This record gives sequence, C-alpha cells and structure tokens, in this order.
Amino acid sequence: MQRKDLLCPTSGNKSRANHIAAFGHQRAKQRDRISFRYPNLHSSIMADAIESKIKNYRTAPFDSRFPNTNQTRNCFQNYLDFHRCNKALSEKDQDTSPCDWYQRVYKSICPSVWVNNWDEGIEGGSFAGRV
Amino acid sequence: MAHPAQLGFQDAASPVMEELLHFHDHALMIVFLISTLVLYIIVAMVTTKLTNMFILDSQEIEIIWTILPAIILILIALPSLRILYLMDEINNPHLTVKAIGHQWYWSYEYTDYQEIAFDSYMVPTQDLSPGQFRLLEVDHRMVLPTEAPIRVLVTAEDVLHSWAVPALGVKMDAVPGRLNQTAFIASRPGVFYGQCSEICGANHSFMPIVVEAVPLKHFQDWSTLMLEDASL
Repeated sequence: MQRKDLLCPTSGNKSRANHIAAFGHQRAKQRDRISFRYPNLHSSIMADAIESKIKNYRTAPFDSRFPNTNQTRNCFQNYLDFHRCNKALSEKDQDTSPCDWYQRVYKSICPSVWVNNWDEGIEGGSFAGRV
Repeated sequence: MAHPAQLGFQDAASPVMEELLHFHDHALMIVFLISTLVLYIIVAMVTTKLTNMFILDSQEIEIIWTILPAIILILIALPSLRILYLMDEINNPHLTVKAIGHQWYWSYEYTDYQEIAFDSYMVPTQDLSPGQFRLLEVDHRMVLPTEAPIRVLVTAEDVLHSWAVPALGVKMDAVPGRLNQTAFIASRPGVFYGQCSEICGANHSFMPIVVEAVPLKHFQDWSTLMLEDASL
C-alpha cells in the first residue's frame, strides 16, 4: 500500500479527478465548436473513450467529487446522470452507449432496493430527482 | 476470532489492523511505564519514616515534569496521526460489496458485473454442528478475494446497525438512507467474525457478520456457483 505525504494527505487527489467529469468540463467549449460543424464527431470520440473504460471496468473508481465516507450522493448522482444522459442523447437521436458508464457505476454502488424504488418512481412519475 | 479469556486484539488480517495493533502496543507500553513510575513514587512516599518539613519550590523539576509529558504526548500523537491518515488514503478498489442491515440479519450484494445478492442469518444454537461457534456462525458468509482492495458500502433498511469485523479493523455504522463507505485489504485467507455494533432491537446480539477471505480463483468459483444457484 502506498504511503502518501503525511502533511498534505489530500494533495494530488485533484489529479485523480473522475475521468468522465474532467473530460466533460475541459471539452465543453471545444464540443460546442466541433459539434456545430461536425455534429457526430464529438460523440464518437467520447463513445470510444467510454467503451474502452467500460471494457476494462472492475468496479466504480474513486470519484474526487465524493472523497468522504458518505457516498449517498455519489450513488444518486450517477443514477441521475445515467437518466439525464439517456434523455439528452435520445432526444438528439444519438447513440446512448456513452451513458453505460453511469449505469455501471450506479449499479456497482447503489443498493438494489434504492434503485428499484427510483425506477418505480420514474415509471410512475413520482421520482423526486430532476431528470 | 475471539477466544475465551482474551485480553488483547484478535490477530490482524489487514494492513490497517496491523498498524492499529502495533500502535496500541506502543501506547500501552507508555501507559504501563508511567503507571509503574507513579506507583513506585507513591509507595516510596508512603512507606518512608523520614520527614521533610522544608520542601520549597524547585524550578528544575517543574521544568522537567512539564517538558517530559509534552514529549511523551508528541510520541503518542505522531504514530496516531500517521495511522489516521493511512486509513483515509485513496485506494482504487477491485471490488465493491454492499452490506445492508435489517432487523435482524445482514444482506450482501455484489453487483459490479452480474447481480449476486443473498441474506446472511445467524445459525441458531440448536442447529450448530460440532466445532462451530455459538452466536457467530451464519448460513451464508460474505466471501471476498484476498490481497485485493475491497470497498464495502454499508447501509440499513430499517433502524441503525453497525457492520464491524475486528480482525480486519473495520467498523462502519449502517444508517437508513445513507451509504457509508469503508475499505480494507484482507491480507491472508481465513474466516473473520464480527457482530452488529449498534443497538437495533430484540435480536441485536444475534446478527453476526462472517467474512471468508479466499484466493481469487476460489472467489471466482464461488461467484459462479452463486449465480448458478440464483438462476435455478
């Protein structure tokens, strides 16, 4: 097990930011420029990157947005992101396979009872989150 | 596991627990040394026939018995903080397991690839086989691979529980509506026992936790078997 610097235990965490989140933030402006001229290019770049990450998937990796003990929000956020991603991509008639990452993560970390309740809520229109 | 008339910790089965054990030895040794010194001084003071009517203040000894305790406290604090930060290090786990507390049993879910989920009830005393441990055995153990970082997410379905395995140096409260993360590495194969550590009703003492750490190949065989059983 690697031992990090005692005095700065959290330094270096930022460099391990969740790849998908960082990728999205960094490429936001570039995406707007690219997608104007080449509507499908950005989505295929993302899809390839995500496909390779999913093929090598072991379990949900460390997410620097949720570094602490309480992972409730991590589970809920990935669930929301999956449904939002699905909704956004299907509205544009694009391939929804990039959304599979969020599904793998939320399936790994969310208790199945919670997922079943939320699924029923979405079907019944009573889901509290904003999709 | 615990044994009768046990005084110390159970043998460590994870690197963090080893550190905690060694730190405890270090701190307890300091405690014993100080207690022995103080007891000796008390006995010496009480049993002497000599009388001193002229003890006045003394700068030197006052300095010594201020500085020395400060140094001792630093010698205790440094390893303690080292272990505290060690426990908080980021690790990228190989496997995620969810432990969900119910009244009065645990259920475990392994959903990284396919879905394996099962309940873990205590074996009642009258159903124990010879050699099994009273109030500690369960029908389905939580099986894990050795030498792999494991993430355990603990929650509860009804009231507060707490998932604890002393040999692995792990205890995490199970709170309804909240997902608490803990992580460890099982350094050696073995069977490690724990008990629910938060009062949760009539059968709080009867919902134990059993972790069976096995080599990766055996873990894969076990998960294949569990999936086949589930599909039957």
